Amino acid sequence: MDLGFTAEELAFRDEVRHFFRTQIPESTRRKVLEGQHLSKDEIVESQRILNARGWAVPNWPVEWGGQPWSPVQFYFFQDEMQQAGVPGPLAFNTSMLGPVIAQFGSEKQKREILPRAANLDDWWCQGFSEPGAGSDLAGLRTKAERVGDTWVINGQKTWTTLAQHADKIFVLCRTDNTAKKQEGISFILCDMTAPGVTRRPIVTIDGGAEVNEVFFDNVVVPYENLVGQENKGWDYAKFLLGNERTGIARVGYSKAKIKRIRELAGLELDGTEPVINDPKFREKLATVEIELKALEMTQLRVVANEKNRAKGKPDPASSMLKLKGSEIQQTCTELLMQVVGPYIMPYQPEEEGRNEPLIGPDYAAVAAPMYFNYRKVSIYGGSNEIQHNIIAKAILGF
Amino acid sequence: MDFDLNDDQRLLKDSVDHLISDRYDFEQRKKYAQGPDGWSREMWAQYAELGLLGLPFAEEHGGFGGGAEETMIVMEAFGRGLVLEPYLATVILGGGLIRRASSGPQQADLLPQIASGELLLAFAQQERSSRFNLADVQTRAVADGAGWRITGEKGVVLHGDVAGKLLVTARSAGGRTDRAGIGLFLVDATDPGVTRRGYPTQDGLRAAEISFNNAAAVALGDPAGAIGAVEQVVHEAIAAICAEGVGAMQCMHDITVDYLKTRKQFGRPIGDFQVLQHRSVDMLVALEQARSMTMFATVMSSEPDAATRARALSAAKVQIGKSGRHIGQETVQLHGGIAMTMEYKVGHYFKRMTMLEMLFGDTDHHLKLVSDAGSLF
Ligand SMILES: Cc1cc2nc3c(=O)[nH]c(=O)nc-3n(C[C@H](O)[C@H](O)[C@H](O)COP(=O)(O)OP(=O)(O)OC[C@H]3O[C@@H](n4cnc5c(N)ncnc54)[C@H](O)[C@@H]3O)c2cc1C
Repeated sequence: MDLGFTAEELAFRDEVRHFFRTQIPESTRRKVLEGQHLSKDEIVESQRILNARGWAVPNWPVEWGGQPWSPVQFYFFQDEMQQAGVPGPLAFNTSMLGPVIAQFGSEKQKREILPRAANLDDWWCQGFSEPGAGSDLAGLRTKAERVGDTWVINGQKTWTTLAQHADKIFVLCRTDNTAKKQEGISFILCDMTAPGVTRRPIVTIDGGAEVNEVFFDNVVVPYENLVGQENKGWDYAKFLLGNERTGIARVGYSKAKIKRIRELAGLELDGTEPVINDPKFREKLATVEIELKALEMTQLRVVANEKNRAKGKPDPASSMLKLKGSEIQQTCTELLMQVVGPYIMPYQPEEEGRNEPLIGPDYAAVAAPMYFNYRKVSIYGGSNEIQHNIIAKAILGF
Repeated sequence: MDFDLNDDQRLLKDSVDHLISDRYDFEQRKKYAQGPDGWSREMWAQYAELGLLGLPFAEEHGGFGGGAEETMIVMEAFGRGLVLEPYLATVILGGGLIRRASSGPQQADLLPQIASGELLLAFAQQERSSRFNLADVQTRAVADGAGWRITGEKGVVLHGDVAGKLLVTARSAGGRTDRAGIGLFLVDATDPGVTRRGYPTQDGLRAAEISFNNAAAVALGDPAGAIGAVEQVVHEAIAAICAEGVGAMQCMHDITVDYLKTRKQFGRPIGDFQVLQHRSVDMLVALEQARSMTMFATVMSSEPDAATRARALSAAKVQIGKSGRHIGQETVQLHGGIAMTMEYKVGHYFKRMTMLEMLFGDTDHHLKLVSDAGSLF
């Protein structure tokens, strides 16, 4: 045990920091740090810059573009990316679908899908949740029937994030009604442009439209769009959700948030005193910082422990990262509102080509919507109650 | 960064863990506590034999040359055992102060005596109203030929009742809370100018109130410039008690989860109730956050920049204080009435944890330090 970083580790940190801060457009990074939405083009551009450097999919197997990094290198990569305000490579492509295809897909699927997913030539979205299947995902009812060389898909998905940008969707479908509910599910790929696929935006409480309903009405896809084996989709979905959770602590983003809150609290005046001079506020800020520092170390420990675990088996300890990480992210949004004060009130949705000036300081408009929007982080990716259940069962043995 | 133990560390951990599990179960501990000193001389000899009493000292001083990671390993095991012996007072604080504040010849004289188990030390620092301010010192030091004379009152001196020598903070110059003017002095506990009154603390360990009335002393290092060394050693001690706390919290959590699986009410184990499962998960998260912060404290305890080090150690102390209080209270609550009894082990962890939270600054004290010091990142 040696709990300090080595000189090589610190040199790697400096290398990635320099890259992120010089190669990714400043305007994109500023938007991320200020909590504004990115356009599709900005997200694609950023991922392609990463991909050109070989860094869009470091978590994939090396033969498909992954990096043979140590846990500490992975940590610095992610941390520096997030602190610099670099949008992470699209999760649906890089941390969800990619690893599933690399592990369970056919050679043809690997060749056709992986390079395009890494370069964001195809934008994928995640068709798992349904109106009747949320936490109890295995209760899903969207059906795929084998007809000759094709699947015919009927049903509805919901909460599909950024489906408005998507070229393709990976869909969990029921393919056997007679089996136990986990054993009759298949993992099938589908074009968003296939006849019979329709999308309807869902407006969320912050006024945004990042999620959608997606309807399937007699959608026909080739049989070879099946990933792995028929009726084994639940195993792949579990594998995917396990991969999703390790990145979910978002320590670097929270660091950047706290930095910004601290800066704004130095600017925003309460009478003649900056908000940061209020000792009670400072204590709240210190409290989240301490939690975040501890979480950072916990994340390093969880990642370092991966080598001691069976490959591809998610570590239930990553549920702790989800719990604490979401709590901290949510607290940061509350602190930002507190800093801004009454000027969180004007509702000023983001618009292209706005010509009137914003009411209040330019950082005020996003504060309340971000607070509203971030309630999602304890709901999606397995709600925090479900994370408690996972830990209770898998770690504590209840 | 590497979280895996190296061979020496594994050996150390195995031997300490064995010692604690063989020789320090709850019943044995009770017996040690009832002995004349309130702890076990026999165990002390065992620690000496294993090299634990010289763990952080250089080999030339009879030590093991261990770093903060090694201390963490030992203290965590001691936390599990609820160890009563004056390890913190003698090795971490006493040995630390001698290493950080004194000259080569003093180190060569005293450190080997600690390592062999002959010399017990105590750190007489706190005064009636100084609370957690290490620079609030009213005890006076007056030059007397080549030596010094000490006069003043020190309180809650950990294991001050048995120490052979006392390390005393005293002021040779300056006003009550000035950082300059504070020295560190070595006083023989048998000096006629020393009066001490020993007593048990809430957690079953020992402490003393000590009066110095013109007691003869020698200075360790600069008689007016010891505050930096004192702070450094207190930081090392905070890292050590964080690790001790993690050991105690780990046990509370393990025992609670076991209890939930075995205690039956309404015809089933109470651990079948989801609300209790979720509360024990929250305890686990609090424990792991505390363990992470203890590792952070461990690395940062040797950080040369004093302000960076202070902020980090304060942050760790806040985490340990919060996690410890949460886990302690929940341990008692989830057990129900049984946890209220002196006969049952968990209450003793709860009490130790409560004292650790107070030691070297409570949660609010350290939270204020962190919040006034700017960003942790
Ligand atoms: C903004 C957003 C984006 C999303 N993006 C996607 C996406 O891209 N693709 C996708 O497939 N899905 C997506 N989701 C869906 C998300 O995964 C689900 O919302 C989530 O699984 C919870 O399901 P639910 O909303 O139906 O709530 P429910 O499952 O109905 O839960 C309601 C409440 O009951 C609790 N609960 C449920 N079961 C238990 C239990 N066993 N024990 C204790 N408490 C329990 C829950 O924690 C919650 O508090 C997204 C959701 C949101 C909000």
